[in-house]
Amino acid sequence: MQWWYGHNAVGFFLTAGFLGMMYYFIPKAAGRPVYSYRLSIVHFWTLIFLYIWAGPHHLHWTALPDWTQTVGMAFSIMLWMPSWGGMINGIMTLSGAWDKLRTDPGLRFSVTAVGFYGMSTFEGPVMSVREVNALSHYTDWTIGHVHSGALGWVAFIVFGSFYYLIPVLWNRKALYSVRLVAWHYWIATLGIVLYIVSMWVAGIMEGLMWRAYDKFGFLQYSFVESVVAIHPFFVIRLLGGVFFLIGGLMMVFNVFMTITSESTERPREPLIAPAVLAGA
Amino acid sequence: MFIRHEFFEKNAIFLLIGTLVTIAIGGIVEIVPLFTIETTVEHVEGMRPYSPLELRGRDIYVREGCYLCHSQQIRTLRDEVERYGHYSIAAESMYDHPFQWGSKRIGPDLARVGGKYSNDWHYAHLHNAQEVVPESIMPHYAFLAETPLDTDDIQNRMKTLRTVGVPYTDEDIANAKADLQTQANPDADSAKLLTRYPKANIVPGNGHEVTEADALVAYLQMLGTLVNFANTSTERLQQ
Repeated sequence: MQWWYGHNAVGFFLTAGFLGMMYYFIPKAAGRPVYSYRLSIVHFWTLIFLYIWAGPHHLHWTALPDWTQTVGMAFSIMLWMPSWGGMINGIMTLSGAWDKLRTDPGLRFSVTAVGFYGMSTFEGPVMSVREVNALSHYTDWTIGHVHSGALGWVAFIVFGSFYYLIPVLWNRKALYSVRLVAWHYWIATLGIVLYIVSMWVAGIMEGLMWRAYDKFGFLQYSFVESVVAIHPFFVIRLLGGVFFLIGGLMMVFNVFMTITSESTERPREPLIAPAVLAGA
Repeated sequence: MFIRHEFFEKNAIFLLIGTLVTIAIGGIVEIVPLFTIETTVEHVEGMRPYSPLELRGRDIYVREGCYLCHSQQIRTLRDEVERYGHYSIAAESMYDHPFQWGSKRIGPDLARVGGKYSNDWHYAHLHNAQEVVPESIMPHYAFLAETPLDTDDIQNRMKTLRTVGVPYTDEDIANAKADLQTQANPDADSAKLLTRYPKANIVPGNGHEVTEADALVAYLQMLGTLVNFANTSTERLQQ
């Protein structure tokens, strides 16, 4: 019962709302209309219809009735379609405006977010297949998958929206430093890549070690050997997380400076005659 | 069709209703089978509700977040069955509110850890895991053995569980505090405790007060030991 809704937390909180951000901010920042209105409708309704079914894919091979596991798996695979519908819609919105990626690192965040979204929504259905799940469940592979979604998709689309929204909200002419945004982009991306890759390697290694047999037909590794083996990857994971955090701090500084610094103030339009202004 | 979609976009209330209906279809398919849970969960010999001390140990297990690193669900895979024991069956979680299946193994599965190690091993392991498993990365829980167990509300806890379907009898609840003390005192007469809660593991305790470590060890030592698998064949599990 808890897992019934477990995955839907991801679906409805971390996907649906953030897709809304994608549909608003990418067209805004790119200055292009949404690629396909029709696709957006189809993928909205199918996404919310399918997501609620997907929960049991977290419980393959457990004491859960077999049919529910199969339903969960089947619907998880079907989810791939609307997910990629959304991704294609987001990416294709840039057609005609790809050059803006060079000059607007904020938009680069949003587009990379959609890329990560596409990647993790492909990885998800793969992991929901029973045979893959037999290896991946209980391991750090799942952790890596979650973070490619949480950091790569959710956080990046938020960053992209922030960099667009902050100057508008505070009526500034531009961000304090676009170069800092570019730095944030690269350090955060590097952080995510380190994080995800280390979790992939650690997770698959755990899965393989737990199921490894020696030539006599005994289990080859004790559990604690797998804990020792993943230690270096946890160090890399920490490094990736720290990189990501540094990037976040850069953004906080940048946003703060954008709001307070004089250099980003919009020149006031003279409401009264300059002569009077000079006299004041 | 897509022209008419304008209707949903201009009437937020209908968009909301449409969304709810769409989600409810999947929701109903998942919720309705739960009404048949009585017939879905297999009947096995040996399952019983937690003894009062085990119940409090379970609370501590949850409080300390043990489930974040330890799963309690052995899958039907050859390596898991060889490593941990018979695969978990649904009946073993039927008195768990909520269940502790977990989703990540930083540490090994605990679904059948009961009886695998001695009581002394568990006390030492909770005190300092590295003393018994040098490579372990488990934090130290030495304070558990120094913290007296709060037993005041044990009867209320059992009554609450009874309202969600755990079959505690009035007798069980009336004797809860005595049973709890008995299970942490090897010198006490445990005959009645063991009639009410067969296979309950008597923990040594420290002689003057029941600690949180006592409760946790009692809980861990019970895990996975209740069901009598000698009388349980795959055919019977399938009903």
